[in-house]
Amino acid sequence: MTEGIRQKAHIEFRLNDEAVEVAFAPHKTLLEVLREDLNLTGTKHGCELGECGTCTVLVDGRAVLSCLVLGLDVEGREVTTVEGMAEEGRLHPLQDTFADLGAAQCGYCTPGFLLVAKELLEANPQPSREEIKEALAGNLCRCTGYIKIYEAVELAAARMRGEEARPAKEIIYGYE
Amino acid sequence: MALQQSQQQKPSAAEAKTANTSIPNAARNPSNDEPNKKRNATRREVLPAGIVGTEGMNTVEREIPADEPPALKVNSSLAVIGRSTPRLDGRLKVTGKARYTADVRLPGMLFAQVVTSRYPHARIRSIDTSLAERAPGVRAVYVLDRVLGNAELRDKSKELPAKFPIVRFAGQPIAAVAATTQAEADDAARLFKVEYEPLPFVVDEDEARKKDAPLVFPGAADQGGTAGGGGGPQGVTQEGNVRGPVKSGPRGRPAGDINRGFAEAEVTVEGEFRTQVQTHSALETHGVVADWKEDGLTVYASTQGTSSVRDEFAAIFKLKKSQVRVVTEFMGGGFGAKFGAGNVGVIAAQLSKKAGAPVRLMLTRKDEHLSVGNRPSSIQKLRVGAKRDGTLTAIHLFSYGTAGTGTGAGAGGPAQNMYKCPNILTEEADVFTHAGPAAAFRAPGHPQGCFALEQTIDELAEKLGIDPVALRDRIDESPARREERRLGAERIGWSRRRRAGSDTGPVKRGLGVAQSIWYRFVNMDSACEVRVTQDGSVEILSGVQDIGGGIRTVLAQVVAEELGLKASDITVRIGDTAYPAGPASGGSVTTGSITPAARNAAFKVKQQFLEEVASALGTMPEYLKLGGGQVAVFDRNPNWSDGDRQGRSYKAAPIKSLSFRQAASRLKTEQIAARASRSDDYEKSRATYGGVQFAEVAVDTETGVIKVERVVAVHDCGRPMNPLTVESQINGGVLQGISYALYEDRILDRNTGLMVNPNLEQYKIVGSRETPRIEAILIEEYTGRSSTDAGGIGEPATIPTAAAVANAVYNATGVRVREMPMTPARVLAALQSARGKGGVRS
Ligand code: FES
Ligand code: FES
Repeated sequence: MTEGIRQKAHIEFRLNDEAVEVAFAPHKTLLEVLREDLNLTGTKHGCELGECGTCTVLVDGRAVLSCLVLGLDVEGREVTTVEGMAEEGRLHPLQDTFADLGAAQCGYCTPGFLLVAKELLEANPQPSREEIKEALAGNLCRCTGYIKIYEAVELAAARMRGEEARPAKEIIYGYE
Repeated sequence: MALQQSQQQKPSAAEAKTANTSIPNAARNPSNDEPNKKRNATRREVLPAGIVGTEGMNTVEREIPADEPPALKVNSSLAVIGRSTPRLDGRLKVTGKARYTADVRLPGMLFAQVVTSRYPHARIRSIDTSLAERAPGVRAVYVLDRVLGNAELRDKSKELPAKFPIVRFAGQPIAAVAATTQAEADDAARLFKVEYEPLPFVVDEDEARKKDAPLVFPGAADQGGTAGGGGGPQGVTQEGNVRGPVKSGPRGRPAGDINRGFAEAEVTVEGEFRTQVQTHSALETHGVVADWKEDGLTVYASTQGTSSVRDEFAAIFKLKKSQVRVVTEFMGGGFGAKFGAGNVGVIAAQLSKKAGAPVRLMLTRKDEHLSVGNRPSSIQKLRVGAKRDGTLTAIHLFSYGTAGTGTGAGAGGPAQNMYKCPNILTEEADVFTHAGPAAAFRAPGHPQGCFALEQTIDELAEKLGIDPVALRDRIDESPARREERRLGAERIGWSRRRRAGSDTGPVKRGLGVAQSIWYRFVNMDSACEVRVTQDGSVEILSGVQDIGGGIRTVLAQVVAEELGLKASDITVRIGDTAYPAGPASGGSVTTGSITPAARNAAFKVKQQFLEEVASALGTMPEYLKLGGGQVAVFDRNPNWSDGDRQGRSYKAAPIKSLSFRQAASRLKTEQIAARASRSDDYEKSRATYGGVQFAEVAVDTETGVIKVERVVAVHDCGRPMNPLTVESQINGGVLQGISYALYEDRILDRNTGLMVNPNLEQYKIVGSRETPRIEAILIEEYTGRSSTDAGGIGEPATIPTAAAVANAVYNATGVRVREMPMTPARVLAALQSARGKGGVRS
């Protein structure tokens, strides 16, 4: 490696509503900068090839795969990770419904899904099931079968619209 | 699956374990006061038995250990167990605070990368590590002297002469490096100079069976099982690359005489079915952080078995088990591939030992596909004979498949065990190829076996002119599946099902059904400790790990039920070998194995709690009742509500009530605790679990695309402990089944022996776009086998899906697709060949 590459880059950006400054090797992806240099390990990695969606974060409100973005690219921008979803200690409605409805099984894919869903609900407060499926299509989950994730997104959307909504129906015990 | 620990398979081991269970109450029983009889103290107990809501619902009387709690009522009478309970760790998971292996950060921790083989078969002439050693940040290098996972030669002297382990698949680990950053480790890994002598190879199971095929092993080889099972039988005859076939049948032996059975048959159906290699593809790859210290080794591992990982580390590094601690706080899925230390663990520990610092190694997605397990392929020739009324007379399965450099490609389980038939023979062979070794994968052998069996039964039904559900009612003896067929058929609207190929347009719709069988295994190494502290807090501790199934929450439910609290009142500490031994989570054993230990420990601590509280309040323990977070004090025994022993009727009246916390403050010491290990099942005859799934598909006969539109999955798992998490496992099982049926395929290039799709793009796993409507229905079945009577769901949920989809495809098109994955190309080819025979209308 040449000295030039070994020199650290130094940038400032907004992370979860706070200004941060960070120095890191310039080849690092945003995923690596978040996890290794900023110690925010909520953002996961499943492939580091842009295929699984587990590393999703929001940059200026848009979902991006942090394994495909250089850390340098977020200079001066606004980054939201799962650690920044709760506001003043209160969970985001999506976090509540994901936890309550069992949308996180092993939980490894969960942070990525939460952020994609957040982006969706900000653009479309009343998405249909098909629209939810389409929005989440870039994120893989090997455990849940997705169904509970859809239900959690739908319930959170309803609550964010201020509707009285009940959780989706749970297991059918054979005899209704 | 944890066959090694199953009491059905090895009753002697199970009995040996039971003998260690201490039963203090025995001393109170005068007939049992000889010390050597204490452990046998038992009492009769009446437990619920049967399927709730059916006529078969009843009770059963069992001889149970005297110190175990009274029979647990059916779920509808319980406060916490059987109620949908959100995961206790849900909040940690949705805030990013749940700590997975890759999130572990220890002071001075190094990062590792593995050097793997580019060739599928090679002798390594030399490995030059000098450049890597001098690379920036490098702290240690390690060259493997042994490779775990591959089968091993029975006669080691037959191995090809070589300085380093022979490479037997592309992606086999050769060496590794640890450096101060991941980037440095990745860079240094590229600086190893490995000189290979490539050897002839074969990656195709049909080629590998041929006489002149390159040999994977120069002699007979066996793959050692791991705690999670996988691996085939040992000591099987081997010729060339082919082990076996092993002849078997129901309960491990051929039944009757198939020749006679086929002679008696009035109708026979047969077919050849092919299934592909599937990789586990958990979203979190294999990984560990190993911290080698003078006095022992601590490992943070993404594993399904803290105890099985510890055992393998202890054996390999010649440490006492007490010197190895394995911690798994959270892990991102395993599906059968994550049980032992494995090469990943050994590499990290060796590097840590050399560098004197903790080392983290997470596999890349590519290595995950190549080297840490897969579901073997299968080629199955299945023949079934029956009488005109549907009665089966003979089942014969001949199958082979490849588990790469491993073993265990058998697919005979369903043919052996699902249906009543007097003459059954399965012959299962393994074909070694130069490909990564298989590992246990969610119901080893069963999804592939069902793909063949359930399509054949479907074909038989058609030939006999009997409805497929009705035929199964005749030949399947399981009362649970009978009920499941009834419920599922009603739910999906089975009566809508038309003759095969009825639709006239290009898109054809159809319905299909298939069922699963799985077995009750119990891991006796299941223990828990429950503690109650004077401040009213309650903890449960066990080594068992939560792999996503939700055992953390279920343990809290069990303790809460016993102590009259809420699940969220209980602190659960699991996933650490420092706690009482927990079972490895494979074979759907976790809930059935560990919850009785949890309940028994909670029951013991409750007794002590009530005694101490009663004596502090000047009353009798029997006059106290726990519930709703309260301790109610009665004027007499509230359990005798209908009358005392003389038949005088009275009602106990509550005198006062105090909170659990207030009551706990009256404990004599800061903390009371009780421990319980798993006792043997109350009833040891074989028990199975299963399910019936109905699929509705649309097949576009112009593009060959199959769309699964709806699946109704009806399952049993004994007593459902937490319907919320059971449902999630059913959904996930169904989806993994669809993914297997339609998309996943590990493709090896025959010319290079390399995997062409070692990623998550070309190795497609099902995504949200392809997810159908899934309706999970759960029946509640009691069999009186333990103090919780819980079973498992993980494996049965995925077994029948691919077969149900295939049967629906047939019903839609009138054409059978006998090869997986059922890609558009295969669907079109099947339609085309049927058209050639005049078999399809379009
Ligand atoms: S880790 Fe970024 S998409 Fe998989
Ligand atoms: S919950 Fe395990 S990958 Fe989604």
